[in-house]
Amino acid sequence: MVHPVEVLSWACVLGGSVFVIIGGVGLLRLPDFYTRIHAAGITDTLGAWLILIGLMLHEGFTLGCAKLAMLLFFLLATSPLSSHALAKAAYLRGLDPLQGRELVDRHEVDDSA
Amino acid sequence: MTGVLAAATAAVVVCMGLGLARSIAGPTVFDRILALNSFGTKTVLLIALVGYLSGRPAFLDLGLVYALMNFIGTIAALKFTRFGDLAGMEDDASEEVY
Repeated sequence: MVHPVEVLSWACVLGGSVFVIIGGVGLLRLPDFYTRIHAAGITDTLGAWLILIGLMLHEGFTLGCAKLAMLLFFLLATSPLSSHALAKAAYLRGLDPLQGRELVDRHEVDDSA
Repeated sequence: MTGVLAAATAAVVVCMGLGLARSIAGPTVFDRILALNSFGTKTVLLIALVGYLSGRPAFLDLGLVYALMNFIGTIAALKFTRFGDLAGMEDDASEEVY
């Protein structure tokens, strides 16, 4: 009989891997820089958090768990900050977002290619 | 648990490859920095997963250091693209970098 917490830990790690894969594919396939930030944000938040929470559940209440919690806190604090700084730097540099019809057309061209 | 950890490690490695492809393809310098930042986050995850996979959770210390270095590196690269160098701020109207 496998312990229920262990099953929960497997579910978290596997769910995190799914989100990491979604973010990676989006980072490669989305049409424009600002949309790619969105994809990278999925990897940095949900993917990383679920994997780290899964490892915390696997570890139990030990020093390793505290280290994983610190890792989680650093990612929580730094990844939105760097995404925001990146978007602001790009916008101030004059990189315009694709909008409306342009975005859709570009995406359809990418799909047919 | 080993199988789950191995699957998660494989997923993270595949996505590191995808991110690397984006950082090579560009097209702007911001795409490259974004891919690099995402690559660094995935490296932290990979270190943690491989640490548990090989039964050496002490790898987590490396992950902690890498997470902080990754953030500092991203901010430094962004400052470089904004101002043209890492020290001065007077060079605001310099030529296009990307």
